[in-house]
Amino acid sequence: MDLDSVLHSIFNFENYGELLVLVQNSIWAGAVLGLLGGLVGTFVMKRDLAFAVHGISELSFAGAAFALLVGADVVLGSLAGSVVAALLLGLMGVRARDKNSTIGVLMPFGLGLGILFLSLYEGRAANKFGLLTGQIVSVGTVQLQVLAGAAVVVMLALVAIWRPLTFASVDPAVAAARGVPVRGLALGFMVLLGVSVALSIQIVGALLVLALLITPAAAALRVTSSPRLVVLLSIVFAVTATVGGILLALGGRLPISPYVTTLSFLIYVACRVIGGIRAKRGLNGRVVRPAPAPA
Amino acid sequence: MTPVVSLRGASLKFGTRTLWENLNLDINPGEFFAVLGPNGSGKTTFLKVLLGLQELTTGTAVLAGQPIVRGNPRIGYIPQQESLDPDTPLRARDLVGLGVDGHRWGIRLGGAKVNRKIDGLLEQVGALDYAKVPVGQLSGGEQQRLRVAQALATDPSVLLCDEPLLSLDLQHQQAVSALINEQCHEQNSAVVFVTHEINPIMDYVDRVLYLAGGRFQVGTPAEVMTTEVLSKLYGSRVEVVHANGRMIVAGIPEAATHHHEDAHAVAGEVG
Repeated sequence: MDLDSVLHSIFNFENYGELLVLVQNSIWAGAVLGLLGGLVGTFVMKRDLAFAVHGISELSFAGAAFALLVGADVVLGSLAGSVVAALLLGLMGVRARDKNSTIGVLMPFGLGLGILFLSLYEGRAANKFGLLTGQIVSVGTVQLQVLAGAAVVVMLALVAIWRPLTFASVDPAVAAARGVPVRGLALGFMVLLGVSVALSIQIVGALLVLALLITPAAAALRVTSSPRLVVLLSIVFAVTATVGGILLALGGRLPISPYVTTLSFLIYVACRVIGGIRAKRGLNGRVVRPAPAPA
Repeated sequence: MTPVVSLRGASLKFGTRTLWENLNLDINPGEFFAVLGPNGSGKTTFLKVLLGLQELTTGTAVLAGQPIVRGNPRIGYIPQQESLDPDTPLRARDLVGLGVDGHRWGIRLGGAKVNRKIDGLLEQVGALDYAKVPVGQLSGGEQQRLRVAQALATDPSVLLCDEPLLSLDLQHQQAVSALINEQCHEQNSAVVFVTHEINPIMDYVDRVLYLAGGRFQVGTPAEVMTTEVLSKLYGSRVEVVHANGRMIVAGIPEAATHHHEDAHAVAGEVG
């Protein structure tokens, strides 16, 4: 394969207009997941759960692979796997160090189970690969409705617990002193996170969920500390990555995930550079007075 | 005067270990009350009882005339400075905002009123100049000023402070304790100040509760901080030395300190 044909398989925009109509549903699905990922991601960053997202996605993959093997619904399988994993993590580790070792134990186990189920599966190879790396599934209208419905439920729940969850995430000692149910909120958020991971896996695959649930929020945090702006930017970045990724992927014959992850990564790099320049110039919002009073 | 905090026959035990037994105590409005003692003596647990996060083994505790409940808005809580992660995605004003409405469900609607409240609190502690700076980029002293503002958000009748001066330099220790004292005397709030270092707050303290070795002593600093009283509490010879207006407690037995390096008697430290 020479360079030309490699490029051709990455970018190819023949018959683009016709393709676009065919994948309308996928684009909508991408937008919904971007919105969800951007929102949930801000709390993943606040709660330092990046590694947990990875662990949950491996068990979600195992659940999906098992569903594929026994001929059950793949989405349900992946949902069951990730919610079980999220609850386990929520119940087992309160301190970050406990949590990380629990994840380290769960993750290879989940991945191993998934590989076991996939090797036993005798159907189409593309189905197997898609679980790990994502694909433009020809999302049907019913499927899109289910996805959007689930995403809306997760987002509404997140809005309902928004303030106490923020308090408990960034300032747990004072939140507990104010009577915020820190432990209950942690468990509740883990369930929401589990559902979000399972939904995201449909588009970007188990290995690359981080690009949707972590990178956009991490990028936003590089350029602002304003809570509202972090949420807004995180959503914009995530939707740009998913929808942009799907639009670019249409042109080639590769899975969608490299496009989504690359876009996501480039946004992050740009934000890091901007954040770095601002830090260098000392622009952090402090009011500088000619003769500052001693603090 | 009706006391803000009232303990009757209060005991706290973990298994066979007794932190204190049969403690009777009234703390009045406008009183600056210090809780002293070596690490592991139950200073922080004492605060947890008042916060409703720890139940007494026996006895009763009353706060502002009512049995203790979790999340009582009459309490303001100031934690140690180190409790904030350097990467915390909050600006100074957002941290104070958590104290105003962070415990409520849903998202903040109609922010104008809350913003005015936050501005007022920031002004009160002299933090308006860095209202929009990320908290992780502020100095320890600046962070503690915000903690005071956060704790004052509900106009509390009692301020519970858990080693709020720890890891601050001398200048900031003075500024922050003066700020807390101001609230104590101008707003007539009671202050319960947990610390293992009495010197920075020496000028403000009305009474102390000294916890050590499962025993305790309540009284004015002059009554409690003596060689005789502390020796009795620790059950071995402990020397209280006054030097340059500072108070040094020397000879605290290793066994009383529960494996904490900063609890050794160093110059300027109490317990």
